[in-house]
Amino acid sequence: MHNRDGFVDITDVVCPITFVKAKIAMEEMESGKILEVKMNDGEPIQNVPRSFKDEGHKVIQVVKNEDGTYSVFIEKDGL
Amino acid sequence: MKFSQEQMERYSRHIILNEVGVKGQIKLLESKVLIIGTGGLGAPAAMYLAAAGVGTIGLVDADTVELSNLQRQIIHSTKDVGKPKVISGKETINDMNPDVKVMTYHEWVSSANITDIIKDQDYDFIIDGTDNFPAKFLINDACVLLHKPFSHAGIIRFSGQTMTYVPGQGPCYRCVFLNPPAPDLVPSCKEAGVLGVMGGIMGTIQASEAIKYLLGIGDLLTGRLLVFEALDMEFRTVKLASRTNCVVCGENPTLKDLIDYEQRACEL
Ligand SMILES: [Zn+2]
Repeated sequence: MHNRDGFVDITDVVCPITFVKAKIAMEEMESGKILEVKMNDGEPIQNVPRSFKDEGHKVIQVVKNEDGTYSVFIEKDGL
Repeated sequence: MKFSQEQMERYSRHIILNEVGVKGQIKLLESKVLIIGTGGLGAPAAMYLAAAGVGTIGLVDADTVELSNLQRQIIHSTKDVGKPKVISGKETINDMNPDVKVMTYHEWVSSANITDIIKDQDYDFIIDGTDNFPAKFLINDACVLLHKPFSHAGIIRFSGQTMTYVPGQGPCYRCVFLNPPAPDLVPSCKEAGVLGVMGGIMGTIQASEAIKYLLGIGDLLTGRLLVFEALDMEFRTVKLASRTNCVVCGENPTLKDLIDYEQRACEL
């Protein structure tokens, strides 16, 4: 897996709080740093990475975990 | 400041907006808005600002709730009849959003108290939700002299108008309307009907202007008067210019002391 500067687990919340929780974690990071977001399959993996792209962040790696969740590594302001 | 789980949920639809985000929501929570008049305009404005998480809301009104208010002043309920409007308003806000601190001023604004009320919490933005010309001119003059932005609105029958004043960014209310009309030209109480929703429409626009100003986003109604006619269901905006000889905001202002104009008391 990619190295990371911050981590947030959004598997415990549902839409729209999924992106909100991840977004709050991202706002606390500096530009260029990498945030790992752990999320569920389905709605979160379909929407959260795309929402981050819309806000100018770069999805650099998506890892499928053994428990069916995903770890998405996002570079702040990377786009 | 850190968001609690509850705040994250409560404000999620704001935080998702790029123009608001976490920083904007924190800004709202740290903002202070004064609402003068908790009637047709002030009631909906106060409720939306409270729901939005504006951290400090001041309510100014000397009146008590009457049954005839409830057709439009939706912050008050039937059980509140007889209660001071500022108390009834505070209770509604407290029930809706515990993040909001409500300051109450159970008095009419006048030249004697308006400066102290605005300075009490050093409010960031003022909403004129009053129903009479003397108060509207007083609020304008006080805001210009204290360099405070404010939203003006007025409603009558099926019509409404609103404009926003921001220091240095366009005309004040007095640039446009000069002086209050003679008291005998103002409709008497019996003539002054108003469709209940008018306060909701115009008061909510005032709340939108306050939020936009606090967040520093979008274009405000500075230098523009928005006029709404409910019967035609038409909005139009009229461009407004500053008056260089305005007595309060012009190049050589002569109005330094606030004025209490005379007008028959009339409950709109
Ligand atoms: Zn002026």
